[in-house]
Amino acid sequence: MTKLDSKIPSGPLESKWDRHRFSEKLVSPHNKRKLTVIVVGTGLAGASAASTLGQLGYQVECFCFQDSPRRAHSIAAQGGINAAKNYQDDGDSVGRLFYDTIKGGDFRSREANVYRLAQISGQIIDQCVALGIPFAREYGGQLANRSFGGVQVSRTFYCRGQTGQQLLLGAYSALCWQIERGQVTMRPRTEMLDLIVVDGQARGIVVRDLVTGRISIHTAHVVVLATGGYSNVYYLSTNASGSNVTATYRAWKQGAAFANPCFTQIHPTAIPPSDAYQAKLTLMSESLRNDGRLWVPKMPGDTRAPREISEGERDYFLERRYPRFGNLAPRDIASRAVKAVCDEGRGVGPNGHGVYLDFAGVVEQHGLDVVSERYGNLFEMYHRITGEDAYHAPMRIYPAPHYTMGGLWVDYNLMSTIPGLFVIGEANFADHGANRLGASSLMQGLGDGYFILPYTIGHYLATAKLPPVTEDHTEARKAHHRVLNRMARLLAAKGRRTAASFHRELGSLLWNYCGMSRTKIGLKLALSSIPTLREDFWRDVVVPGTGDCFNQELEYAGRVADYLEFAELLCHDAWHRQESCGAHFREEYQTGDGEPTRDDTRFAHVAAWEYREGASPILHKEPLAFEFVQPTTRSYQ
Amino acid sequence: MNFTLRIWRQKGANEGGRFVTYEAHDVNPGMSFLEMLDGVNQKLLVNGEEPVAFEHDCREGICGSCSLVIDGIPHGPDHGITTCQLYMRRFPDGATITIEPWRAKAFPIIKDLVVDRSALDRVMRAGGYISVNTGGAVDGNALLIGKDQAETAMDAASCIGCGACVAACKNASAMLFVAAKVSHLALLPQGKPERTGRVGAMIEAMDREGFGSCGNQYECEAVCPKRISVRFIATLNREYLRAGIVESALPSDSESPHAESV
Ligand SMILES: Cc1cc2nc3c(=O)[nH]c(=O)nc-3n(C[C@H](O)[C@H](O)[C@H](O)COP(=O)(O)OP(=O)(O)OC[C@H]3O[C@@H](n4cnc5c(N)ncnc54)[C@H](O)[C@@H]3O)c2cc1C
Ligand code: SF4
Ligand code: FES
Repeated sequence: MTKLDSKIPSGPLESKWDRHRFSEKLVSPHNKRKLTVIVVGTGLAGASAASTLGQLGYQVECFCFQDSPRRAHSIAAQGGINAAKNYQDDGDSVGRLFYDTIKGGDFRSREANVYRLAQISGQIIDQCVALGIPFAREYGGQLANRSFGGVQVSRTFYCRGQTGQQLLLGAYSALCWQIERGQVTMRPRTEMLDLIVVDGQARGIVVRDLVTGRISIHTAHVVVLATGGYSNVYYLSTNASGSNVTATYRAWKQGAAFANPCFTQIHPTAIPPSDAYQAKLTLMSESLRNDGRLWVPKMPGDTRAPREISEGERDYFLERRYPRFGNLAPRDIASRAVKAVCDEGRGVGPNGHGVYLDFAGVVEQHGLDVVSERYGNLFEMYHRITGEDAYHAPMRIYPAPHYTMGGLWVDYNLMSTIPGLFVIGEANFADHGANRLGASSLMQGLGDGYFILPYTIGHYLATAKLPPVTEDHTEARKAHHRVLNRMARLLAAKGRRTAASFHRELGSLLWNYCGMSRTKIGLKLALSSIPTLREDFWRDVVVPGTGDCFNQELEYAGRVADYLEFAELLCHDAWHRQESCGAHFREEYQTGDGEPTRDDTRFAHVAAWEYREGASPILHKEPLAFEFVQPTTRSYQ
Repeated sequence: MNFTLRIWRQKGANEGGRFVTYEAHDVNPGMSFLEMLDGVNQKLLVNGEEPVAFEHDCREGICGSCSLVIDGIPHGPDHGITTCQLYMRRFPDGATITIEPWRAKAFPIIKDLVVDRSALDRVMRAGGYISVNTGGAVDGNALLIGKDQAETAMDAASCIGCGACVAACKNASAMLFVAAKVSHLALLPQGKPERTGRVGAMIEAMDREGFGSCGNQYECEAVCPKRISVRFIATLNREYLRAGIVESALPSDSESPHAESV
């Protein structure tokens, strides 16, 4: 039976983390060498954790499924990373970053975690600069900042539109150093397929070498998952095609509670899907909303070219509904507003799935050159994908699944409900509540990996009893069998439908019934359709070839099989949460003018789900206490 | 649109390969090149055949996974983009398109269009980093860096490590890749302490991995999706010369900055 103990230190918010660190036990340098740590994932979270743990003297074994750690999905982050440096002297502070994040998350995250993140945010930037990350600079040589959706200060650090790339290459370079020193053993092209739990402690993983197909057992004293998010459960998302839920989902099946799986962020500004063949959605950076204005025609079904529609016939719907934040309203709010106008039949482009993002105003005010300097690469990308020129006609954008606030439940030490299993980065549920603010995920991933986990893991290793576990331990053997059986089943199906066709069908089911808005009836329908789809999958999927060689279709089918189970958990969570908060909008719970109504008396909790074989998952609630901020109606009007 | 595809098929590293012809019908001009290949693979799968193996992840030109030689050109006919950013409207209807893997001694084939590019990572490990510990870094604004200098460092740092430069080069040289990495760090004050040792270590690693030497043909720059300039090769050469001079001026028993790694 799962027990949730968040282990939040008592006392004033400002000094919780300092006091906690001081009370943590340390591992002596001499003993560190004898302790082994498995880190799965090499995105910002995994690479920063693995390199820091290696530097501290632990023996680290690190895994990723790409051919190189530096290709992890973090590489694709565009906009930037937040930190409360207040370099602009525009009123920013740790307290303000904390408050913005708590409010942005619609009061569904833990105060203590978020405050700690704001506190270490400045250090993250310093560390990144020391690693040689070429952040944008002012003429005077100081670090430059820009503002990002949902806040009124400039606290975002960036490297052109490639911030994630530069931060990851920096973290990867630190990892390179530790690999070269022999502190980290790197295993790329290796996929974790199961978790080994011995006497209630996470002690290893089962992996498949994606080149040779060999399945092997790796044991350690402690396991860290940094395996990223699961937006690809929706089939179409802004995530890299390889991003998946397999590692966290299989850990769930071994006893790690899964928290708030239904909190999925739909980003407002992606290029609209154009046809059924489409494999992914491309994000247009949120920074475009600093200058672009969103609008649709006032009249439904108006198919005139945008420039023929006069000012008076346009509805700048974000500015109208949220005059204070206008086009910079947070993501969940902006996405829902887009959906609302499209549902009214006022969407533009094919199928009415789109709204205009118009730059005519800035072009007129500052000229084409300024616009091209600011957004040139994005306009180029838009042109390449759609064949349209956004300098002269507005862009069309539409929301897309983008980020998952939900993830494995962790306590203040970033440890899951399985002792010895730590979870960091997007893979955990910790800091963003029901909605994440832009540029805060990179901050969280690096914060977890560089500055939090290295402390808390030490305490666990110094205090837990960890008898030796070898590859022939019964539990290791059992996990190995689970993996072999599942693979054999996939290969044996020999059906006629591809894994992608099932994935697409699941995705559209989720998008329609558990996407930007959810209803009791829709969720019921999804919950009854998913098991049927899953049965069809196991009966009719086709996976060619064998398991003992490079077989991309086998990898993919395994991930789709997990999505087909996980989707049900996601819908269960959305079903239970009878309120609208952040990215989770239940149509039954809204005000007369369509604003969400949160229910703090019944739902101010983290929903942590426990796996039960062959039965519905069990819900455990971690109450959220707000001692330092007063939850308010989250208004951006 | 319809296309005839000549695709390189090879079961494994130690087996022979050959071109196989496939027809791609009803291709939408708005499809990306990889989506077109997805379509071909879906058909192969339904017919019980092995799909064509190729690499991809981000599908937006930043991870450096995708790696196809299209009609003889790494990343295809357009400049400044990766294969995943190439769209079918770029090709004339009815065209025959030849698709091959990156070819270089240092990049052995794994299967079909997938090659092993870990040699680039081993070159990185030889010195493509700044050895600073986590914690204790000075304030980010403690060292001012001029905007131009930061921008030039960023130009170099944009390299996505795809290896197209190697695939395009007659000698399969990795000079542009190494030049990008070395220049990025040499341009920043944080990279200065290890500047001297880094360049030699990385060039040595490059030779060890079987990459060829630079013949100044600049095919690399022409195919580089991030438009990394060959100017950085000049920077690399200067760094190398400079390191030679600095090293010869040092007492002979001085420790290399990467002594730990030797
Ligand atoms: C297009 C886009 C733009 C974004 N822009 C921003 C931005 O500007 N600012 C911001 O703050 N956030 C942004 N985000 C969000 C942010 O990029 C991610 O949330 C963050 O990078 C996640 O980092 P991570 O380290 O947790 O996981 P990832 O970077 O996703 O890394 C996951 C790692 O786990 C490995 N892995 C996964 N499963 C397995 C397995 N079973 N076995 C072995 N290895 C496995 C992978 O190989 C990979 O190494 C953006 C996201 C997208 C999609
Ligand atoms: S220099 Fe250009 S072509 Fe070569 S690896 Fe880097 S991005 Fe690819
Ligand atoms: S798939 Fe990432 S660059 Fe092409």
